[in-house]
Amino acid sequence: MSADGSLKVGGIPFRSRLIVGTGKYASFEETKIAVEASGADCVTVAVRRVNILNRSEENLLDYIDPAIYKILPNTAGCYTADEAIRTARLARSSGISDMIKLEVIGDPKNLFPDNEALLEATRLLVKEGFIVLPYTNDDPIMAKKLEEAGAAVVMPLAAPIGSGLGIRNPYNLRIIMENASVPIIVDAGVGTASDATIAMELGCDGILMNTAIAGAKNPIQMAEAMNLSVRAGRLAYLSGRIPRKLYAQASSPIEGMIE
Amino acid sequence: MKITVNGTDKEVPVDTNVTELLLYLKILPERISVEINLDVIRREAYDHSHLKDGDLIEIISFFGGGADVG
Repeated sequence: MSADGSLKVGGIPFRSRLIVGTGKYASFEETKIAVEASGADCVTVAVRRVNILNRSEENLLDYIDPAIYKILPNTAGCYTADEAIRTARLARSSGISDMIKLEVIGDPKNLFPDNEALLEATRLLVKEGFIVLPYTNDDPIMAKKLEEAGAAVVMPLAAPIGSGLGIRNPYNLRIIMENASVPIIVDAGVGTASDATIAMELGCDGILMNTAIAGAKNPIQMAEAMNLSVRAGRLAYLSGRIPRKLYAQASSPIEGMIE
Repeated sequence: MKITVNGTDKEVPVDTNVTELLLYLKILPERISVEINLDVIRREAYDHSHLKDGDLIEIISFFGGGADVG
């Protein structure tokens, strides 16, 4: 098993276990270079109104070619199941993807999900044939319910969106992963490369991030750091770490010591 | 007749269809979606989806965003 291979979302193979957002960059050019440096082959995008008053504006997808990247539309900014369902249907009707990163936000201050509405929207969109990737919190019971509702993956947060606080509850993530039969992708909360590695070492199948890269002083360099850290964490997970011991254990043989 | 597109009032000829509206607004039909009064319009149906006075039209595309951008 390679570090980068074998993640499948709704039957679609992903080359990279890192999915990146496209918000908060200084320019489309910077977005493009950072996405390239991240090694991600799937990017998430927001669904918004076309600016009908100014048609000279450039479009993100002129820089992020849908022929090269898997485009994952999201329902960011939706606060009810109805809004999220409406956004998902509009996104799919463009023909860009059957995948939807489903977000139903419960509170603008902490951006935690409204899990009740999320579950309702997941059930309906799965019935309509969507490949649903729901953003939820690190609750093992909700993760199971989303899986049972037909979600293609479950995406628990590691910490609040954009907070950069890192993996706040590795134990919950472990429980979620041990009980899941769909991939678990950590979505939100990662602050720096070591956070990504920790999540991958725990056994997560992938990580989705935006602010940790786009908000860094040097986003392109951080994108490369995240690329490496996700792969390093995956390799370490597959390799099986040594047990933690309280006392030292010499790594050189005692035999043959000069006397 | 008067229609509302993405929150902006527009005056268009009676019986304008979606293809004509997009042309008038200089919007390429790729990578967008159109909704009329909350109903998503399939691309194949643009030519025979005629607008009526007072219709609420939404035209969406894809923009930079990750997790919730508010």
